[in-house]
Amino acid sequence: MAKEYETVIGLEVHVELATKTKIFCGCSTQFGGAPNSHTCPVCTGMPGSLPVLNKQVVEYAVAVGLAANCKITQYCKFDRKNYFYPDNPQNYQISQLYLPICRDGYVEIETTDESGEACSKKIGIHEIHMEEDAGKLIHDDWEGCALVDYNRSGVPLIEIVSEPDMRSADEVIAYLEKLRLLIQYLGASDCKLQEGSMRADVNLSVRERGAREFGTRTEMKNLNSFRSIARAIEGERQRQIDLLESGEAVIQETRRWDDARETSYAMRSKEDAQDYRYFPDPDLVPVYIDDAWIERIRNSQPEFREAKRKRYREEYDIPDYDIEIITGSKHMADIFEATIACGAAPKKVSNWLMVETLRLLKEREEDPEDIAFSPEHLAKLIRLTEEKVINSTVAKEVFEEMFRADIDPEEYVTEKGLKMVSDDGALRSVVEEVIAANPQSVEDYRNGKEKAIGFLVGQTMKAMKGKADPGTVNALLKELL
Amino acid sequence: MANIIDDATIEYVGILAKLELTDEEKEQAKKDMGSMLDYIDKLGELDTTGVEPMSHVFPVQNVFREDVVTNGDAREQILANAPEEKDGMFVVPQTFPG
Repeated sequence: MAKEYETVIGLEVHVELATKTKIFCGCSTQFGGAPNSHTCPVCTGMPGSLPVLNKQVVEYAVAVGLAANCKITQYCKFDRKNYFYPDNPQNYQISQLYLPICRDGYVEIETTDESGEACSKKIGIHEIHMEEDAGKLIHDDWEGCALVDYNRSGVPLIEIVSEPDMRSADEVIAYLEKLRLLIQYLGASDCKLQEGSMRADVNLSVRERGAREFGTRTEMKNLNSFRSIARAIEGERQRQIDLLESGEAVIQETRRWDDARETSYAMRSKEDAQDYRYFPDPDLVPVYIDDAWIERIRNSQPEFREAKRKRYREEYDIPDYDIEIITGSKHMADIFEATIACGAAPKKVSNWLMVETLRLLKEREEDPEDIAFSPEHLAKLIRLTEEKVINSTVAKEVFEEMFRADIDPEEYVTEKGLKMVSDDGALRSVVEEVIAANPQSVEDYRNGKEKAIGFLVGQTMKAMKGKADPGTVNALLKELL
Repeated sequence: MANIIDDATIEYVGILAKLELTDEEKEQAKKDMGSMLDYIDKLGELDTTGVEPMSHVFPVQNVFREDVVTNGDAREQILANAPEEKDGMFVVPQTFPG
């Protein structure tokens, strides 16, 4: 009988914090600057430079720790992790080994138990520590060298280390989603996997079901989408099982996922000598986070997704599905609430978000975080349709412009002459013309072919260039026929 | 000397520190490291029960910066430190063969 295996997974998640400046110097963290335009002696590791800690990094790290039910290490400090690699100009990374800022937390995820029933499960957080990001290496194959841009060097990171509590790719993704939402709601990071502001390394081992000891684990790097995480987990699980089944041993090593080839390979062990000779960083003084500081951060925690979901259910008459999607992005939830605050009906706002917004996001391959129209403009657009200033076809067209360039719908409608013709006389004469020009349809309708009126409505709308209310046109046609 | 550093250790430390030492230098380094470890052992003899571990020599804590951009574009000065420069970046040897 074939053996049954269990997959054991723990995650190391790096998150780039949304500070304006780097962790130890006053250089901008803005993405996309010219190479090395956001650098100084501190973040390029020049001798004699002195790092000074960005207070906001501590605030964000504590906020994330509290949201993940961690104990805050009130007296914490920084250590040097020594290794040579050109993206690390100091030859050490400033990190935290001995006294990480947060410890012993958990987040709850929705998963299924062994019988397939839905249940919730706690995933332990071993620790969260603060550290600095490295520079970016660009390989120049033509010249046979590498080029380094240190703009990212010193950008603040938190590394969230989980316990080996996950058992499947689904659980891993649920855990990452949970972290992403907590952190986005806190405004501590935008957590975009594709852009690298959230990165996950997967530690995975397999063991025979029921075994008490863990198997030998490997660490998988370079996973930059939920899809590649799921595939890498499945691939690595199978690779380890195959090794065990053929009587071989799993070697503890770091592997790199190749997304294009959907396979992984071992990183060379010499490059990866895991001997970092950590020691306390003498340039940085310890951080003491007193009770009052922790309480202040605790009291300024936002309304998280669960609470928001519950409140939406009570306050707004919108479907649960809409609530799931809207609260799945802090940014979208903010737009939803702000548009309602401008006087729009929740149901209408939800419809624009669920239908047109999601359609355009998908079309442009963007995330809800990229939505750039203002709530005031969406509220205006809703008012324009409610007051029948424009019809729904025109509204969609205006919305696309709004989505693209955040135009003011009122100004746009006036400028482009898109208002519906409400003058009854003008509309009536167009309808009369349409009736005169389409005797066949008129006859069909009079002979009982109800559908023929649809054609006449269409002709009228076309003649009106879309600027009429189809309902009014329909009524007018019936009256005149 | 109580602590004897063997050849394998000095070889390994050399790799970690990216140092290429001559045989003479290796012998000297073995002696130096051994005496350093002896000194640490000596310190270890002290009774430190009830003494809080010290993580910094100065009794100072919470030295922070506010999150405000204070540095501008100093590319030229920073790149002047590069042994070699290309397209506004530092040129370094290839990290893994292309």
